[in-house]
Amino acid sequence: MNGHLFALLGALVTLAFMFELLRRRRLREKYAGFWIVTALVVLVAAVFPGITEWLATLVGITTPVNLIFFLGLLVLLVVCVQISAEVSELEHENQALAEQTALLRLRLERLERAVEDAGVREVSPIPDVDGDAR
Amino acid sequence: MSAVSVPPDARVLVVLPAWNERESLPGVLAEIREHLPDVAVLVVDDGSHDGTAAVARSHGVDVLELPFNLGVGGAMRAGFRYALEQGYPMVVQVDADGQHDPRDVPRIVERLADADIVIGARFAGTGEYEARGPRRWAMRVLAGVLSRVASTRLTDTTSGFRGAGPRAVELFALHYPAEYLGDTVESLVIAARNGLRIEQIGVSMRERSAGRPSQSPLKAAVYLARACLALVISLGRRRERLVPSEAAVV
Repeated sequence: MNGHLFALLGALVTLAFMFELLRRRRLREKYAGFWIVTALVVLVAAVFPGITEWLATLVGITTPVNLIFFLGLLVLLVVCVQISAEVSELEHENQALAEQTALLRLRLERLERAVEDAGVREVSPIPDVDGDAR
Repeated sequence: MSAVSVPPDARVLVVLPAWNERESLPGVLAEIREHLPDVAVLVVDDGSHDGTAAVARSHGVDVLELPFNLGVGGAMRAGFRYALEQGYPMVVQVDADGQHDPRDVPRIVERLADADIVIGARFAGTGEYEARGPRRWAMRVLAGVLSRVASTRLTDTTSGFRGAGPRAVELFALHYPAEYLGDTVESLVIAARNGLRIEQIGVSMRERSAGRPSQSPLKAAVYLARACLALVISLGRRRERLVPSEAAVV
């Protein structure tokens, strides 16, 4: 099989996959967008191989394939760093949520105790939202 | 704000961050009750799975139960938020493992009249706590740099035995670093940068009443590296701004 054809197929499969994930709401646009753009770039490069060669000579790389490897790695690196940043942000939010849960829970305990002390017998049973999901 | 609770009679809140400290907690709580009858006590259960929260509740103290482990920094920030919300101007952090002697708490509180943060330091004359190897170097380096940042002599910057005055409570309810070593090293940098006055007093450290300390040469080396990283990064950070009102919203 022709190498360009292979790349073309790969790009098309990626595009279809991204589209499907988006359709099923398994992936949010902000993450899918990057992969779609990457797949489109690969698609264009596969259809017009001249572009890659022209770019390689432009930046001074003798073998065009090395340019592709380099760009591929660069893309992966950027995505990894971006995801690490997202995770950090999520952890931060998670922490704030945990703190608030604990504060609210203590407040609820006190309320329940106060209600009990006030002699109210029948409080409508509220299910225990323990959240002990370990 | 929360009008649920009884207004606190006591002005000092002792916060005990506890992670799986079921064994040692009762002893510590009993000691606090004996020596410090007037202070309010809050146990922050940092996602324990040994029933620490239940043990604390059965001793009649308030418990903040975090749904999962956040580390000492996260537990303390929750404690500071609680203190701010409930109107405690002073917070003293005491470890739940029994290493800190509650009888030192009044001395810390006393110094809080002049300083915003008072560290119970282990190497300031009293007691014979010793650290060796990379851990000791790390502590030296940290002490040296942080002494300059805080423009006062500090010898034990990683001590978890410390008191915070009103300004520090407000600041920490919002900006208390949850990352490893952030609760000790970085919190001091944040405080110093906000113009808070930091002091230390000598305390004697005791053996932990239960559990075992984590020390091995490898761990000590990792500790050194992380301590330096934490220090460099926190020094390179932009200054946090003091907006306490934000933290009061729960």
